Amino acid sequence: MRRWVQPGTSVARPYWGEAIVSELHKRISSAFDVFDHESNHTVDVREIGTIIRSLGCFPTEAQLHDVIAEIEEEEPTGFIRFERFLPTMSRILLEHRFRPVPEDLLLQAFEVLDQQKRGHLDPEELTRYLTQEGEPFTQEEMEEMLSAAVDPDKNLIFYKDFVSVMTVDDPW
Amino acid sequence: MGCGTSVAIENQGRPSEVAIKAAVLIQRWYRRYVARLEIRRRYTWNIFQSIEYAGEQDQLQLSSFFSFMLDNFTQLNGNGPDLISHLLDSAVDPVTEEVRQCKYEQIVVPDSYSGPRLSFPLSVTDTNTLLSAFKEQQTLHGKYVLQLLHETQKFLKQMPNVIYLSSSYAKEITICGDLHGRLDDLLLIFYKNGLPSAENPYIFNGDFVDRGKKSIEIIIILFAFLLLYPDHMHLNRGNHEDHIMNLRYGFTKEVMQKYKTHGREILQLLQDVFSLLPIATIIDNKVLIVHGGISDKTDLYFLSSVERHRVKSALRLPKRSLDHTDVCCSRSSSRQSRRARVDSPCSTGRMKRKKKSRLTKQSSSSSSSSSSSASSVCSPRASCRATPRHPPPSPRLPSPVDMLQVPFLDSIVSLALPEPPKEELEWRQIVDVLWSDPKNQNGCSPNSFRGGGCYFGPDVTQRLLKKHGMCLLIRSHECKQEGYELCHNGQVITIFSASNYYEEGSNRGAYVKLGPELIPRFFQYQVSRSTRKLTLQQRVSVAESSALKALQEKLFAHRSELMAAFQQYDINNTGRISTNEWAQVVESVLRLDLPWRTLRPRLVRLASDGNVEYESCFENISAGQPIPQVTPNLAETMYRYRTDLEIIFNIIDKDHSGQISIEEFRQTWKLFSSHLGVDVDDQAIDDMARSIDFNKDGSIDFNEFLEAFRVVHKLDMKEQQQG
Repeated sequence: MRRWVQPGTSVARPYWGEAIVSELHKRISSAFDVFDHESNHTVDVREIGTIIRSLGCFPTEAQLHDVIAEIEEEEPTGFIRFERFLPTMSRILLEHRFRPVPEDLLLQAFEVLDQQKRGHLDPEELTRYLTQEGEPFTQEEMEEMLSAAVDPDKNLIFYKDFVSVMTVDDPW
Repeated sequence: MGCGTSVAIENQGRPSEVAIKAAVLIQRWYRRYVARLEIRRRYTWNIFQSIEYAGEQDQLQLSSFFSFMLDNFTQLNGNGPDLISHLLDSAVDPVTEEVRQCKYEQIVVPDSYSGPRLSFPLSVTDTNTLLSAFKEQQTLHGKYVLQLLHETQKFLKQMPNVIYLSSSYAKEITICGDLHGRLDDLLLIFYKNGLPSAENPYIFNGDFVDRGKKSIEIIIILFAFLLLYPDHMHLNRGNHEDHIMNLRYGFTKEVMQKYKTHGREILQLLQDVFSLLPIATIIDNKVLIVHGGISDKTDLYFLSSVERHRVKSALRLPKRSLDHTDVCCSRSSSRQSRRARVDSPCSTGRMKRKKKSRLTKQSSSSSSSSSSSASSVCSPRASCRATPRHPPPSPRLPSPVDMLQVPFLDSIVSLALPEPPKEELEWRQIVDVLWSDPKNQNGCSPNSFRGGGCYFGPDVTQRLLKKHGMCLLIRSHECKQEGYELCHNGQVITIFSASNYYEEGSNRGAYVKLGPELIPRFFQYQVSRSTRKLTLQQRVSVAESSALKALQEKLFAHRSELMAAFQQYDINNTGRISTNEWAQVVESVLRLDLPWRTLRPRLVRLASDGNVEYESCFENISAGQPIPQVTPNLAETMYRYRTDLEIIFNIIDKDHSGQISIEEFRQTWKLFSSHLGVDVDDQAIDDMARSIDFNKDGSIDFNEFLEAFRVVHKLDMKEQQQG
């Protein structure tokens, strides 16, 4: 019988069926393998965010940093070992942490920024919001988003279309 | 405090709390979207590379099959083993150079020929003529190709293995990576960066040929510039400058198709020319440039002294007297095989000495030597076992007690060696330099992925560079998304110059320039069929779709084996098994090390109970128009080994007519299938042979025959019908 106990708390976690956990482990392992270039059960720490997100989670950058801090070596090597990643990631999935944000909320978020309700945004204003507020985008992230979001003829972002692109039905 | 109605920026210019929350949400979503794209991009790469390298491993097996044919195949319509060794061995016409030169000069080029004409010694007019002609899709006449190769051969003979260059004050040297027959990329480089000249020196770092359709044109241009500017144009040998690789990866076929009369002679000459290409180039004693990489055994002094000319192919192991070797055969696969000649198998990895099998006796009389080995060649099958990804421990030169494993189709031959002779050490030096790949962790391990060379870590790089007082290693050999990549703390640069290598939009190409201060500057480009730039999403989708198709073809080609294994789990015949079971089966049958669970949604359907409907693997792909008499089992084998068969048929077809005799076909096929361990009825082969002789004249058109064994993607067909 396995019990997941969160370090630092005295609350015992519920018992998860062995079969479920085993399936989960394999899913996690498979996603991890995609980035395990050396085939030695380690990945570059910079890929952890991608792996976690590809497993269906929506962490913020801050949450991601916390996770990494938990799974890093005592003396960070720049690599994360699978043995450390697996238990933490399993817990995240079993506890449904970093839940997905519903798509309609995403559309609402754009509408919030579109003060005049024109149905579109200027690239400049979106850039200002996303590179200065919240968990700011890097210049590279901003440029990449603009290249996908901006209508090249009108130089505007028709966010409804863009939301559809971002929320395309994923097989996972 | 803002009120709920307005989300506009407050008077002070700070966005409201709601707006900030909106921004955070968008950022969160976007990062997740990008992560999804990234993982798709990654596994797409994994798929392409796995299939590519699996193909290269098959190449080793094909090579040993040739040797087996030489040993065991005495009469093929009176042609004997000569027809194989004729192409595999370096049987360059043993006449003097003068005689050959005369012979070429005497070739008559008809007046009707409208292509470019060359005059030797070459001038700028000739290179310009060639460039414009190739832009117009013209072909250079065989006479000029032979003359060009002949001159190149003479020139390269006087070159050392390692070329030392110095960057003078005014000039930058441009270094380009793999081109693989992509003429458009070469022309684009010349357009952006200028033609080679005294003011504009170039180094081309190998892999000029194979895969792309204009390999011979690239070779012609590069060699022409080489002869024109011998001090300012430099070529390194790549692992594809190798006649056995060319048999598999398209260059041989390209030459034989474009040069019906002189093709074979051109190929013979090329074999020699390739082996004369220098192995390495060094700039200012500071920058080492080689095609693949290095190993912990790389020794630049030794490398400078080897007889590079003797290593015609990395896949033909050096000749070795077999008197002092003991051969035992072990079997790595559980497949049944009708191999009566072979002793009963010993288990994989067990180093046992056995009495000589008949295999040895025959091998020792052959002129080929695939049964010898070097420690840098590893067995692909053994490494693809249960935990396929753990690289075996670092290679070391074998001591008398050591046994080495050599792939031999689906078995492993173990050899005990007293000591590797100089030839083998030389061979190994060259193979390491042409085939190795860098890895991020320290150490040096055999490159089991490719079947040759090593994975070398940053410590190996550091040690070698330091030993020779160098600061940088520039290499190619691996396709990179951006056309270039740095690793080993900036001490290693990978430069790759074939854009869209896997698929339209899959990657950029790049070249690097070095001035006297030796600081690299990178230039990227991408040849494009369309003028509009694709977004990341579009590029990922196109490449992904292509990769998945290739994977589906593999599944299809192993259909019966897969179904048999699936059904073992599906006792109640429900048509469903768990994801876990599905992944296990696919991994073990295909032996491709891929993240199958992550790929699962793209390859197979889930039932409502969460289990996999395994037959849906094969839904989108079906047979072309196979020959009716061919049983499904046989058909599947044909799909799988189509490429190999094509190569063999092309060899047998000496006059390039596209036809071989029924008898040749039967005998070849029998030998091939028995060696593969495929259980094929003699009658089935006879029926097949008779049925493909459509006009009953005793010969078959093997191209037509092979065409029947293409796979068809159903979605493509639908699109074509609608479009």
